[in-house]
Amino acid sequence: MEVRVQNVRKEFDRFPALHDVSLDIKSGELIALLGPSGSGKTTLLRLIAGLERPTAGKIFFGQEDASEKSVQERNIGFVFQHYALFRHMTILENVSFGLEVRPRSTRPPKAEIRRRARELLDLVQLSGLEKRYPSQLSGGQRQRVALARALAIEPRVLLLDEPFGALDAQVRRELRKWLREIHDRTGHTTVFVTHDQEEALELADRLCVMSQGKIEQVGTPDTVYDQPQSPFVFGFIGESSALPVNIERGDIWLGDRPIGISSPEASGAARLFFRPHDIELVEGDAALSGVVASSRRVGGTRRVELDIGGAAHRVEIDLPFDHPAGERSQISFRPKRWKLFPPA
Amino acid sequence: MSRFGRFRQPSVIPGFGLTLGFTLAYFSLIILVPLVALVLRSAGLGWNGFWAAALDARVLASLRTSFLTALIAAGINVVFGTLIAWVLVRYRFPGRRIFDAMVDLPFALPTAVAGIALTAIYAPNGIVGQFAAQLGWRIAYTPIGITIAMIFIGLPFVVRTIQPILEETSKEVEEASATLGANRFQTISRVLLPSLAPAIMTGFALAFARAVGEYGSVIFIAGNIPFVSEIAPLLIVIRLEEFNYAGAAVIATVMLAISFVMLFVINLIQAWSRRRYGYGS
Repeated sequence: MEVRVQNVRKEFDRFPALHDVSLDIKSGELIALLGPSGSGKTTLLRLIAGLERPTAGKIFFGQEDASEKSVQERNIGFVFQHYALFRHMTILENVSFGLEVRPRSTRPPKAEIRRRARELLDLVQLSGLEKRYPSQLSGGQRQRVALARALAIEPRVLLLDEPFGALDAQVRRELRKWLREIHDRTGHTTVFVTHDQEEALELADRLCVMSQGKIEQVGTPDTVYDQPQSPFVFGFIGESSALPVNIERGDIWLGDRPIGISSPEASGAARLFFRPHDIELVEGDAALSGVVASSRRVGGTRRVELDIGGAAHRVEIDLPFDHPAGERSQISFRPKRWKLFPPA
Repeated sequence: MSRFGRFRQPSVIPGFGLTLGFTLAYFSLIILVPLVALVLRSAGLGWNGFWAAALDARVLASLRTSFLTALIAAGINVVFGTLIAWVLVRYRFPGRRIFDAMVDLPFALPTAVAGIALTAIYAPNGIVGQFAAQLGWRIAYTPIGITIAMIFIGLPFVVRTIQPILEETSKEVEEASATLGANRFQTISRVLLPSLAPAIMTGFALAFARAVGEYGSVIFIAGNIPFVSEIAPLLIVIRLEEFNYAGAAVIATVMLAISFVMLFVINLIQAWSRRRYGYGS
């Protein structure tokens, strides 16, 4: 089921949470709504679910206008950050709930409901725990029950609100992989909200990066990571450093020095963005050069903070872990891949 | 200490022996000793004398009146107390805090004041009572009046036990129910109320216990007609005024036994549901 969000605006008591947002979600894709808190990502998810009503704009499920439909009519699966399991019901009853509350005409017979609930518990690898209560499960298990419960109603769209936010790092990584597997097996159109860029990059087919109630960029993880369209995206996805530069006749200058890279853009002030690992060490004058302020080992590389032009600017670059640079030593480098944005 | 050693759990706060000792001593002094004295006093009548006093027709009638009206009052309190707790927790409206504070008034008001006020209102010439009288109903001086007094004094118990649990119940659970296709009625009856059940039960038990033991507010509105609207606590006082201390102790012992059994059963049900729903975990 494809979902189309069309010029949606949402205000809470006159406070705008979303400004004129449009997004096309393709059938069967796994898309991440990614952004810092307050960016409106959860609001957008709840609008798609029908838990909130848009102030303006429309939401389509396929060709059908779902904007005025209630949550119940939309037939969506929703997974909450804090599971929201029914604590007075067993795991099996939790998963069966969605089928049992159907009107008699569409409700499957009892035995069939049990069978399907068991099947789903099998899918989420929790068979054998049918008779337990939610309080007897670990966080990761609870979230898997919540997913099985959402899948039981055969939803047209699966929506997950920071599904791994309350779990510890290791369980998170496991569930991430596992969610991807489930998605590939069931083929549901899935939208999930996260503030964790690593999670979004690893899990999603496409990312929708949001900030301050607006969509900044939509694209595959590769596109968003390699070709960020705005300073915000550059800074939010992956690590980056920014320097205020000047363009003069095609050459890029920092202060009174050319730094050895050029741009066809018109002359004037700009901001230069680059990632710590997209640099090369160079000898000579036409480069960025700075003094090591601090360095620490990060996995297989050494992350070095450099003060450039006195202490005016600080950037981060990655060096080989066996690079001899110590504190106060001078390092010259050039960004290999970079992007210019208008000055802030 | 070594005897209690196996109950000891490592804790940052010391004093298991001291606090347990104090608890037992205090409990004995305040609750156990008076109750034992009560039972001993009624035992003074001997086996036959005890049952003769306990099964006296007027005593039985008063016990029935007391327990029946208390049960009905607690039942009504549970329904409307839950509703009030819901409104106080879920909605924001002007005057909510005042309303919230007013719920506690029956705790604080001298019960005799409440009794007189209720009688004035529900008597056949009172503000409400006159309309009831036109319809041919009598409220004051009947078991209905007793029930109303008991509802009045029991309400805060129900509201105050359900309120915190309701505050704790997240809105997400209701939203989850809706996303799964449940309509409002199903969400309330299958999700919300069952999760409140333990709190509702506690509220019921407290309101019931208070109503059974209530004296001050009831005797004014009850009319105290033997076999009709005479409550057991009043009969105890009557026996005392007749200097029939043993007779009074017998009624008290029977009340104690019935109340204890009922509260014990309610407690068992609660413990079971608490374990099941995993409160406190």
